[in-house]
Amino acid sequence: MNFKLTEEQELLRKTVRDFAENEIGPKAAEMDEKEDYDWSLWDKMAEMGLTGIVFPEKYGGAEMDYISYALATEELARVDASSSVVIAAHTSLCSWPIYAFGNEEQKQRFLVPLAEGKKLGALGLTEPSAGSDAGAVKLSAVPDGNDYILNGTKAFITNGGKGDIYVIIVSTDKAKKHRGTAAFVVEKDTPGFTFGKKEHKLGIRASYTYELVFENCRVPKENMLGSDGEGFKIAMAILDGGRISIAAQAVGIAQGAYEQALAYSKIREQFGRPISANQGIQWMLADMHTRIEAARLLTLHSAYLRDAGQPHTEESAMAKLYAAECSMWVTVKAVQIFGGYGYSREYPVERMMRDAKITEIYEGTSEVQRIVIANSILR
Amino acid sequence: MKIVALVKQTFDSEAKVVLGGGKISRQGISLIMNPYDEYAVEEALKLKEKHGGEVTVVTVGPDEATEAVRQALAMGADQSILVNPGTEDIDEYTTATILAKAVSGLEYDLIIGGFRAIDDGSAQVAGRVAEILNLPVVNMVTKLEVDGGKAVATSDIEGGSAVMEVPLPVVITAQKGLNEPRYPSMKGIMQAKKKPLKKIGLGDLGLDASQVAAKVKVLNYSLPPARAAGKIIPGEPAEAAAALAKALREEAKII
Ligand SMILES: Cc1cc2nc3c(=O)[nH]c(=O)nc-3n(C[C@H](O)[C@H](O)[C@H](O)COP(=O)(O)OP(=O)(O)OC[C@H]3O[C@@H](n4cnc5c(N)ncnc54)[C@H](O)[C@@H]3O)c2cc1C
Ligand SMILES: Cc1cc2nc3c(=O)[nH]c(=O)nc-3n(C[C@H](O)[C@H](O)[C@H](O)COP(=O)(O)OP(=O)(O)OC[C@H]3O[C@@H](n4cnc5c(N)ncnc54)[C@H](O)[C@@H]3O)c2cc1C
Repeated sequence: MNFKLTEEQELLRKTVRDFAENEIGPKAAEMDEKEDYDWSLWDKMAEMGLTGIVFPEKYGGAEMDYISYALATEELARVDASSSVVIAAHTSLCSWPIYAFGNEEQKQRFLVPLAEGKKLGALGLTEPSAGSDAGAVKLSAVPDGNDYILNGTKAFITNGGKGDIYVIIVSTDKAKKHRGTAAFVVEKDTPGFTFGKKEHKLGIRASYTYELVFENCRVPKENMLGSDGEGFKIAMAILDGGRISIAAQAVGIAQGAYEQALAYSKIREQFGRPISANQGIQWMLADMHTRIEAARLLTLHSAYLRDAGQPHTEESAMAKLYAAECSMWVTVKAVQIFGGYGYSREYPVERMMRDAKITEIYEGTSEVQRIVIANSILR
Repeated sequence: MKIVALVKQTFDSEAKVVLGGGKISRQGISLIMNPYDEYAVEEALKLKEKHGGEVTVVTVGPDEATEAVRQALAMGADQSILVNPGTEDIDEYTTATILAKAVSGLEYDLIIGGFRAIDDGSAQVAGRVAEILNLPVVNMVTKLEVDGGKAVATSDIEGGSAVMEVPLPVVITAQKGLNEPRYPSMKGIMQAKKKPLKKIGLGDLGLDASQVAAKVKVLNYSLPPARAAGKIIPGEPAEAAAALAKALREEAKII
């Protein structure tokens, strides 16, 4: 066993922390308030190579491991959860399936500009009537010559509207249910592909969430990832890795809120002494710190398994489940420690508490994670 | 162009300094590259990008100073030398003597360092290196152009700035405002571990401890007195303002 980060991982953590604090931090509250992302930050993240951390250098990536990716995601989320999901959705949900299931030509065409940050990626899996039951996707893809014609709607798509490249999970054969699915790469501005409404949300408000609408949208067969019938399989593989990044995001949000609460508890005086002098506050802080550390270890362990090429479906589900619930719990406590000020937008813990909630919902709700874990242990 | 950047690892500027046994405790302190040296490294890299050449980072410090060196390499420096003096009891004389000796074994057109380190703040080392190497030095530089064998540097002087011309090779010290240091890129971080980092001791430079022994001995460190609690002056604005002015004049004696 070895719990020590490598020198590169340490330097990466420090670099991303400095970047997040200096460049993103001053903008986080305003981006949340305006429900808009400052895309100049994307350009800076691209320049640093945060847009392709885990991909080989020959595809424009930095060729780092998933532990590094988890650390970077945590550091971004510690300051701004929205920035971390922009990167996580781009990397795990869009670039990764192209890397893992795309052919060489698709990698050159799509993965390279994604990893270099010249293009922004998104995944369209969820539909208005297919959320937790992702195998029930209805968006249809009907072959027509060398093309497929797509019709249907995707809901709640992160990086929608702004994204250039979309991985879309479609149904090619309704009768075969989830075995009759496929994954396509669809580029923005393809005729017949438009954006529906933008969601107005509780948290991660700077991150874009859009409906995607396909009306007789013609996509060449060469844009299919893997083969027909593999759509659901690809989606599940995407989530095995994606959940590590959401777990890391949850840890980051919690860490950010905890640090704020810890500092505040030492300077806020009531009854003639700092509130941190009360055991009630001390125990809250101790529990927050402990849970975050446990969540971080689960997260890094699932990243470690992925790096080692070992199965990690169960572990990444456990990490995501625990980290998300930890994040929600910790941020509620952070607001509590701030008292009335925690409820006010003047302090970041209010935003962090709203941001934490999404980690219990996307890439599989906490109930779905429990289903995944139970299936694994009862098999 | 061959550029040498002098880099020091310092305590994080946000670190809480604690004294123990007459020394500054290193425990639980996070270490960073001296921010003024970051400007120096950035400027070196910009010059390399413009004129071609290479950047060598040289540092004097304990083995853990490799972190600061790796950061410089990840930013884009080509190679590095870390000289471990083998003792913590060093002064500016020690550091400058070692640096000058290490640099004298290299080819250089320009040597650049921070104008001071944020920990001891003595602002001596780069100037001493210039003196030992018999080079001109321009301090507190906020703008630098290098061309045709000479440098034109804008330097902070009391109450204003001066533009100076100086032939190469020269020692330049960086002041805030010279540039915006880049963040190491992810690829840079991965490449840094493959770049040369030569860890050497005094003997490798042909020096022995007596030649570099500190001339200045710190007798005692003390922390500034804890800041007293703020004072809130209550009352109507006009009255409170009058009371404040009175307090500033009579109690604080600053107006
Ligand atoms: C901000 C945001 C961003 C998103 N980004 C993306 C994206 O980029 N790409 C994408 O494809 N999707 C995205 N999603 C969709 C997200 O993954 C889904 O919202 C999520 O999977 C839940 O689906 P649902 O909303 O349809 O809820 P439902 O599936 O309707 O679930 C409702 C409730 O029922 C529970 N439930 C459902 N089935 C069971 C069961 N069998 N046992 C017990 N409980 C159950 C759920 O846990 C939940 O509590 C995003 C969502 C949001 C809010
Ligand atoms: C939306 C809103 C509306 C409000 N409306 C009104 C109003 O109409 N009128 C009005 O007068 N006030 C109002 N308030 C103020 C509210 O009552 C206070 O915010 C509340 O009493 C907490 O005080 P505080 O915010 O100063 O927190 P603090 O007292 O600073 O408390 C901070 C944290 O320390 C804990 N703590 C403090 N002392 C101890 C201790 N001895 N032991 C253990 N833990 C301790 C607290 O429980 C809390 O978790 C409002 C506040 C909000 C946010």
